[in-house]
Amino acid sequence: MKPTDVSNPDYFHRVVDCQWACPAHTDVPEYIRLIAQGRFTDAYLLNRESNVFPGILGRVCDRPCEPACRRGRVDEKPVAICRLKRSAADQKGEIVQRLPPLPTRKNGKRVACIGAGCASLTVANDLLPLGYEVTIFEKQSEPGGLMRTNIPAFRLPTEVLSEEIHMITDRGVDLRLNEPITSMKELLALGFDAVFVGSGAPRGKNLEIPGRYDDLAHVHIGIDWLESVAFGHVSSIGRNVLIIGAGNTAMDCCRTSLRLGGANVKVMARKPLTMLKASDWEMEEAMEENVEIILCHAPKDFVLEDKRIRGLNFEILAYREEDGKLLSEVVGSNFLPADDIILAIGQENAFPWIERDIGLAFDRQDVPVVDRRTMQGTLPGVFFGGDAAFGPENIIWAVEHGHQAAISIHKYCQGEDIHERPAATLNLTSAKMGIHEWSYSNRFDTSVRRVVPHVSLSTRFKNINIEVELGFTPEQTQVEVERCLNCDIQTVFFASKCIECDACIDVCPTECLTLAVNGEEDDLRKRLKVPADNRKQLLFVSSPLPQTGRVMVKDEDQCVHCGLCAERCPTAAWDMQKSTVKIPYALDGPAESVPHPGQSHR
Amino acid sequence: MSFMKKPEVSHSRLSHNSLGRTLREYEGSMSTLCAGCGHDSVTAALIQAFWELSIEPCQIVKMSGIGCSSKTPAYFVQEAHGINAVHGRMPSIATGAHAANRNLYYVGISGDGDSLSIGLGQFIHALRRNINMLYLIENNGVYGLTKGQFSASADVGSKAKKGEINQQPPIDPVTLALTLGGSFVARSFSGDKAQLVPLIKAGIMHNGFALLDVLSPCVTFNDHEDSTKSYAHTRQYDRPVVHADFIQPHQSISTDYANGEIIPVELHDGSTVLLSKVSNDYNPIDRAAAYQYLLDRQKRGEIVTGLLYINENQEEFHTVHRTTEEPLRDLPHVALCPGSAVLEEIQHLYR
Ligand SMILES: Cc1cc2nc3c(=O)[nH]c(=O)nc-3n(C[C@H](O)[C@H](O)[C@H](O)COP(=O)(O)OP(=O)(O)OC[C@H]3O[C@@H](n4cnc5c(N)ncnc54)[C@H](O)[C@@H]3O)c2cc1C
Ligand SMILES: Cc1ncc(C[n+]2csc(CCOP(=O)(O)OP(=O)(O)O)c2C)c(N)n1
Ligand code: SF4
Ligand code: SF4
Ligand code: SF4
Ligand SMILES: [Mg+2]
Repeated sequence: MKPTDVSNPDYFHRVVDCQWACPAHTDVPEYIRLIAQGRFTDAYLLNRESNVFPGILGRVCDRPCEPACRRGRVDEKPVAICRLKRSAADQKGEIVQRLPPLPTRKNGKRVACIGAGCASLTVANDLLPLGYEVTIFEKQSEPGGLMRTNIPAFRLPTEVLSEEIHMITDRGVDLRLNEPITSMKELLALGFDAVFVGSGAPRGKNLEIPGRYDDLAHVHIGIDWLESVAFGHVSSIGRNVLIIGAGNTAMDCCRTSLRLGGANVKVMARKPLTMLKASDWEMEEAMEENVEIILCHAPKDFVLEDKRIRGLNFEILAYREEDGKLLSEVVGSNFLPADDIILAIGQENAFPWIERDIGLAFDRQDVPVVDRRTMQGTLPGVFFGGDAAFGPENIIWAVEHGHQAAISIHKYCQGEDIHERPAATLNLTSAKMGIHEWSYSNRFDTSVRRVVPHVSLSTRFKNINIEVELGFTPEQTQVEVERCLNCDIQTVFFASKCIECDACIDVCPTECLTLAVNGEEDDLRKRLKVPADNRKQLLFVSSPLPQTGRVMVKDEDQCVHCGLCAERCPTAAWDMQKSTVKIPYALDGPAESVPHPGQSHR
Repeated sequence: MSFMKKPEVSHSRLSHNSLGRTLREYEGSMSTLCAGCGHDSVTAALIQAFWELSIEPCQIVKMSGIGCSSKTPAYFVQEAHGINAVHGRMPSIATGAHAANRNLYYVGISGDGDSLSIGLGQFIHALRRNINMLYLIENNGVYGLTKGQFSASADVGSKAKKGEINQQPPIDPVTLALTLGGSFVARSFSGDKAQLVPLIKAGIMHNGFALLDVLSPCVTFNDHEDSTKSYAHTRQYDRPVVHADFIQPHQSISTDYANGEIIPVELHDGSTVLLSKVSNDYNPIDRAAAYQYLLDRQKRGEIVTGLLYINENQEEFHTVHRTTEEPLRDLPHVALCPGSAVLEEIQHLYR
């Protein structure tokens, strides 16, 4: 293998598994250290730089970082990254004064955002400090998008949501509530310098089986029903409820049903348990509340009596795999009674308000054609983000789309090529403080993952707004932060110094290092001290060593960043160095428009 | 020296030996030797070897004298038995312990000072008696623990850290062992675990005294230019002549050794050592030829390594003396101390 090019910022960035996996590249290990030091406000602000909504995301993020977390590979469970984010948010101090300052003079450019969901809010957040005038058109009476209308308050309290939205809208956004955009053509005619479409994926998928339209009052589309609940239009449901579908929307529907009078609530899944779309924790929480998840049941027809829903007939399916394809066959049938049925089988995009003759192309699924890097549609100056761009995803992806769109909008408005993207950079500084002292907590803490306390089952159903999760206690936070393996404290190797004494190799607790005769990657992976079977993790390969010409190979897979290799090396050929990934934002963009001195806060 | 304990975490896919133990369970306490000391690599090789052999820790006896090298037993197989003897006196303790219980695996770890300077007289007698043990010398040419004075293995012309040149001829444990009738004579390098680990395994399983001289650089006092025991010098002059593969009784031997280039030596317990010649003109089962070869190469400053001589048929101490199979601790008191009447009888024989 060729010597690893560690000057490519991606190499060390990828070692920080959580940060690499986070769509917005949140600097997790650094904020965890700030929490460990009790610097909650700093931890919050660091989070906010990349993910904009730490209080919201600390509760409901899809947390792609956690399955990626290194701790989950060397231990049973990952660090409770998301819960720690909430700890920072719940305990932060005053932050408004510490937000990027707003310029006193606007830069004369006007940007329109459609929809006040997290995608548009991120665009506004990034463009305001640059002097843009941002107008958000929202068809609902409140901003927030699905975070307000669909994510139930028992998971995301309204105050937390509103606080973080206001943190943006109060900085001078022209927020036009109850103003749906009904024609893109008309909007474009208003002369905005750029338009951002953050209107989400607003249409719930339907289930076209017999009887679907025979009792409209008792068959509901999940996302519409949750919205009606959120706005107080619906406040009860029958005792027997069937939820069709087993994704995250289904989990919110079943738990909401329990709070509105549902007593016997079942989630009906077409597939087996291992293939369900809902996140593990969402299923666990539903099951904790006694929701039954019934597997391998495909809805066949609605059963009615006197035009009133009585239940649903299902086909029972069995699955097998053939040539990598999943095949199902019907092995039985089952009737389940129901007073109400909620369809939670997915969402799709819908743009009835975008004329098809204005230069914006849509693909066959009626999804707009959007460039994944620039977020621009096929009409220059019109950008997309969040669920509107590529179909339903989650909040953190919407935020990342917002950041990228803001970079593009800024470049576009300043007459720059939006395809030239600013690159992430990486900075390294030695973590060495003394002979055996490091600037981070390098001791491996054997504690198991802390379990966040919940409101008791007897009290949580009393009111639909009672937040179920209580957040970590200070003691739990204190333990959980120490579980983080400091993946951003990198092992940096200087081949010219190595005398091949084996000390680092022998001391490494997780057998990451091998001195080997170089070879092709497949071969080298097999010859390491523990074969490097996890191909998702990179190998570091040094340049040939002075004494024998062999190479130092490090399998990044299970390094716990304890620093022992560097402590043991007689020649300091290994050093522990803190890496900081600098992610570019719109604010780092074209120099001439950086805010003038004498800015004010709002 | 590291003050931090090796963390209580290990690779999630570590394999288990036939006792169901991982490598980590054969570790000892954290080394307090200098970072980069060759002795720590030898420790790692010992851990590897005992783990691969699947020996129960309670079956292992670790013995040593005094020196940095003699601290090694503290750093591997925590649960084994062990004793630190007075400087240079480990061979006597080993002889006594082995006389009392022949059913354990004995490993003596010593230094060039411990065995070749102060302890030479002890060392050669244990060898001559063919005590069934692995006797491993961590050879760095200096007294590391007392800050780097030349030891008896320092080469003529080798320069000390402060500039002094050694003028005394070295004592080479390998040629010494050959002349004294050693039954297993090997040399290796701490920086070559591929060679060292199988030699340790073969030495442990050899039925008799296995001398393993391991060049193990003192990174603090003897790793500079013009030292003949530095990492760089050892690598430059290392000449492996025979490679030993250790094959356990249940393992099948896949190598085809019909062409005479590979010599199989069956050990007492049914395991096999496969000797493959790296250098064609070397014969590891001919004592005189081996001796001649070593002297020739020594003159050129070369360091010949590998399993240099083996004779599995040489009788070890207990066989020679027809002593009991039973560990003495398991014998009834009357067998150990048959009483004054028997003593009387014995004395009568000498009158
Ligand atoms: C039940 C449910 C639970 C979820 N739970 C989670 C979760 O726990 N964690 C997570 O990360 N994600 C979750 N998601 C997904 C997440 O809510 C979305 O991915 C995210 O909100 C998308 O943000 P957005 O800004 O793109 O769009 P949205 O949040 O959908 O916001 C779009 C906004 O645009 C407005 N709008 C639409 N059309 C127009 C128009 N023509 N004119 C003016 N305004 C318009 C809408 O009213 C809305 O306010 C969940 C989704 C659902 C349905
Ligand atoms: C009877 C006695 N004499 C002298 C000493 C001092 N002393 C301690 S260690 C040592 C030399 C050890 O050298 P070596 O065996 O080569 O071990 P190394 O430290 O080099 O590994 C000496 C002379 C002693 N401890 N006891
Ligand atoms: S151990 Fe810490 S730094 Fe490493 S992936 Fe997990 S949270 Fe991130
Ligand atoms: S401890 Fe240092 S000198 Fe020794 S092998 Fe490792 S990197 Fe090389
Ligand atoms: S003084 Fe030399 S022999 Fe002793 S521990 Fe240090 S490097 Fe090893
Ligand atoms: Mg010595």
